[in-house]
Parts: sequence; structure tokens; C-alpha cells
Amino acid sequence: MEPKQPAPDQPEQESLHEEIHLPPPTLWPLGFAIGIVVVLVGLIINPVLISSIGGAIAIVFAALWARDATAELRGRPISVEPERRDLRPAGEGETAAPADQQGAALPEPEPGERFPRSRFLEGATLGLGGLIGGIITVPIAGFAVLPSFLGQKRHEVDLGPLSTFPEGDWYIATFMTDPSQGEVSRRTAFVRNNGVFQNEPSFTIISNRCAHLGCPVQANGPSGQILGKKTVSEHTANGQVTLLPVVPAGFGCPCHGGQYDTEGNRTAGPPVRALDRYSFEVRNGRLILLSTFSVSHVDGSGAQAQIHKYRLAGPGEHVDGPEQWFYPLQPPHH
Amino acid sequence: MAYRRQPSRAQIRRERMEELVLYPLDWLEERSGLVGGIRYFLFRKVPGDINWMQTLGSAALTAFLVQAITGVILAMYYKPTPTDAYPSIQNITDHVTLGWMVRGMHRWGASVFIILMFLHMGRVFLFGAYKYPRELNWIVGVLILAMGMMEGFTGYLLPWDQTAYWATVVGINLNGTAPFLGPFLAQFLRGGQEIGADTLTRFYSLHMLLIPGGIMGLIGLHLYLVIRLGVTSPPWSREAAGAEHAEEEPVDLRPGLTRPVPRGIAAAQAEPGGSE
Repeated sequence: MEPKQPAPDQPEQESLHEEIHLPPPTLWPLGFAIGIVVVLVGLIINPVLISSIGGAIAIVFAALWARDATAELRGRPISVEPERRDLRPAGEGETAAPADQQGAALPEPEPGERFPRSRFLEGATLGLGGLIGGIITVPIAGFAVLPSFLGQKRHEVDLGPLSTFPEGDWYIATFMTDPSQGEVSRRTAFVRNNGVFQNEPSFTIISNRCAHLGCPVQANGPSGQILGKKTVSEHTANGQVTLLPVVPAGFGCPCHGGQYDTEGNRTAGPPVRALDRYSFEVRNGRLILLSTFSVSHVDGSGAQAQIHKYRLAGPGEHVDGPEQWFYPLQPPHH
Repeated sequence: MAYRRQPSRAQIRRERMEELVLYPLDWLEERSGLVGGIRYFLFRKVPGDINWMQTLGSAALTAFLVQAITGVILAMYYKPTPTDAYPSIQNITDHVTLGWMVRGMHRWGASVFIILMFLHMGRVFLFGAYKYPRELNWIVGVLILAMGMMEGFTGYLLPWDQTAYWATVVGINLNGTAPFLGPFLAQFLRGGQEIGADTLTRFYSLHMLLIPGGIMGLIGLHLYLVIRLGVTSPPWSREAAGAEHAEEEPVDLRPGLTRPVPRGIAAAQAEPGGSE
């Protein structure tokens, strides 16, 4: 492939003698701009008076500007003040050397010479740039990361009066943890009234979040109308709360087949611990869910159950045994 | 002085048309050097014995560009809020003109992009093209693959149907089981302790701004390294194995993709006298 040789340049003689069409220097645009500014300010302060004055200024200066700009078209000569330079005296019979052939104005720097000023400017540029970058980046990074961890709200859930939970019956309760967020905050728990134990009401309240990877665990057993019990649906502070009667033989997860017994103990499949539970209290005769905690396993059942309780951990995280050392820290949680 | 025929009218017209086309290009080239730069990028010399397998990278790049363009258009109709996300997807699919097609291109193109990246990776591995001096480009490519998968993860949530929601629950919790910092990563991805509106907008922002921006930067670096280091010959290449003529006869190299030399001549010269 041969590179194309450019054709030898043809000097364009005409262009050297072209007339210069410079508009003469003029100050009128400045006045025009001031007039426009006055118009705009007047629109806010006093549209009638000040804007009219501004408009008049703008029109007058625009006319003057137009007169100057069209001077050549109207055949008037343009007078441009020539630029003056002092002549450099040349010696007898010689002409002054062109600027680029005279000696350097400054001596050449020594090889390897460093100028403290340039080094200072380099450092200042990098340092100041880094500082500005840091000042900008830190709040942005904080904005991106911190809201996920700070100010997590604690949500209480009102499941309604105790009388809707007959002793020994299981219900699938669904509720919104945060009604301001809407249906996206709807959660499910399995609730059983264990009766009164040592003068305290006892409930088994199991979260349906699978301890494997967080899928929704389902009750293994019939639910709803077929049981001949009524489904309760009421409006509380936690949106529409529904209580669906169910007779579970255990709980199972549809995603990866994790199985649990009615106390939430893992019986088969990949989960690493028992199902999480809700702590609760009875306030004014109503069942209030407080917060969730994790459970390694449960001994016994019902009101006499021995619950091995741990702070809330994410699905798939061991809370006991040597594997728990992989999760020494938990992010702030309500 | 040689006799020159008067140019015919058709010739003059063609010259004028050429001038008309070239003038803006010349204008651009004189001021930016962009035309030369693009020529340098597109019409590089490559080994004469490359084959179709070496087009997989360009194919993956094309798939990425399709994702970028269709994604920009989908963003004009999609609404990333828990109440509007799924209805807006239904609207795109059922009502917006050709919405079903653009969404389909984006949805299936995502798989095409990932598959092509894997095929490209396999080609680079089997050709040994990851070896010195191209190790860094392998690393950059792996980062692009990882970010492509992050695109898949974040994009999967956006239809906001049951599959999307629970797949994201599982995906985030999988991240959460990573030792030590896993729980923090999961909470960062969720934008809080529960999946909700913040998770959706966060995934949307990651999916359409942060990760694609990162991929574009890495693709730029990837291509820069390809241009700087050149394309590898296949492992069966005689020239690359040091066969004679290869160094002395630059005829082996195609002068460019536009004007290949006759393959017969190049092949005959590359053959070292029928030694095999």
C-alpha cells in the first residue's frame, strides 16, 4: 500500500491581497447588554417604568451598533487606528535579525536543573486536586453506603386481639411491617397460641423466612375454608392483617426443599439452623410482634419449648458451632 | 507533456461528489485527527492466519452495544417503584409500539452477551492468547465478565414479579453468607434490612448507570491493550512458530482488512518449501 503523496502546495496569490473585512471596534454592544439587563431587572422590580427605560437604552445602543456594523456596506470608510511599534535601530547597512534567529532571551537550564517553583506548583496541583477530590468524594460515598446501615427503624406489628387466637390453633398471619412502604413490606408469620404458661400468655410465632436463603416457607398442611374455621381479616396499624387457619405437619420451602418441624427445627434440606422467631408482648389485650431473633434449635415444644436464641442473623449464616466464627459482626439491625 | 483527455461530464460529476463527501471528513481530520485515529483502529495489520474464532470479542462488544441502546430506550418507559414497576413492564410489552421487541432484545440479548463473553474467553484460553504480554488484558476481561454478571443480577429484579423478587432475595442472601463482611454486603445491596422500594431504585441505578459505566471504561482499556499488543496468531500458526520467511516477508501480513493481498501468493511464500 503506497501512501498518497500530497500534491505540492500551490501558493494562492490572491489570498495574500484579500481585503480585510474587520468590523471596526465598537463599544455599543456593551450599552446594548446593559439595556437588556435593565429590562430583565425591571421585569422583577417595576415592569412599566424600569423595563421601559431598559428597553429604550437597548434600542438606542442597538441602533448605534447596527450603524457601525453596516458602515462598510453604506460605503463609509472604516478608520482603524494602526498599531504602533518602535523601530529597533539597525546598524549601518544592515537589517535587524529576525527574533527567532537571535540568542535566547533566557539562558538554557543546566541539565537536571529543577526549579523549586515548578516543583511547588506540581505538588500544589496534585495536593489541592486530591484534597478537592476527597472533599467531594467522602460525603458522596457516605450517602451511597451509610443510609443502608443507620437509622434502621424498629417496627412493631399489631396482630389484633388475643381472642382471635384460640388456644392450640395455628394461623398464617400476614401483615405490613411498614404500611408507609405499602405492600412491599408485607411479611408472613406462623402463629400458635400455647395458652397461659406460668401466668404469662405463651405464643409460638415463627417467621416464614427460610434459614437457607430467605425464600418464603410454606405450611405443610391444609389451610383456609376446608378446616371449618373462619379467616380473620382486620385493619390494624399494620395495614390489612389476615389470619388464615392452618393445620401444619411442618414447614417446607419451595425454593430448595428445606424442611422444618412445627417448632421450626430443620428436619431436612440445606438450611443451617431453625426458623427465626418473633418476640412479642400483649398490650391492652392485643398481640404485638416486637422484633425477630434467630434460633439454632428448639428442644421440647409449645409453651415448654427450650428455644436456643441468638441475635438475628441473615439466612444461611450459622449461629452456633465453629461456622459461627465466620460471622463475628452483624450490621446494625433494629 | 502527455496528452490528457478532457474529462467527461460523468467524471467531473463523480469528482465533485467525492469532494463533497470528503470535504467534511477532511475538515474533521484537520481539526481532530479523528478520521486517522479511526482508520488506525479499524484497519490494523493482523496476522494472516487469524480465523473466525477471533471475531467473538467483537461479537460480544456488539451484544453489549445492543444492550446499552435497548436499555436506554427501555428506561424511557420503565418506572422503578414497587407499585409501578410491574405495570410499566406490562405496558412496555403489551402497549408501547414495538416495546415487546425492544424488551425481548434486551432480555435475550443479556444471555447472548454473557454467552459470547464465555466463548470469547474460551477462545483466548485455547489459543494461549492470555500469555505474556497479554496477562493484563485477561484480567481486564475477567472484570468485564464479572461486571456483566452483576448486570444480570441487578437487571433480573427490575420486572418486579415473583420470580424477580425471590431470585433477588436468594441472590442477596447468597452474598450475605460470605464470611465476615457478607452480612454488610447484603445490607448494602438491600439498602436496608428488608427488600423494598430502596432496593429497587438502587438496583436500577446500579444496573443502568454505575455498572455499565464501569464496563464501558474497561472495554476501552481492553481495546487499547488489544491495539497496543496486537492480535495473536492461532497456536497452529507457522509464522508464530518461527517458520522462515515470516520475518523477512511482510507480505504475510495483510495490509488491511479492506485490501487483502491475493491469498495464493501469501500462502506460497509462507510455505517453507514443503518441509512437512
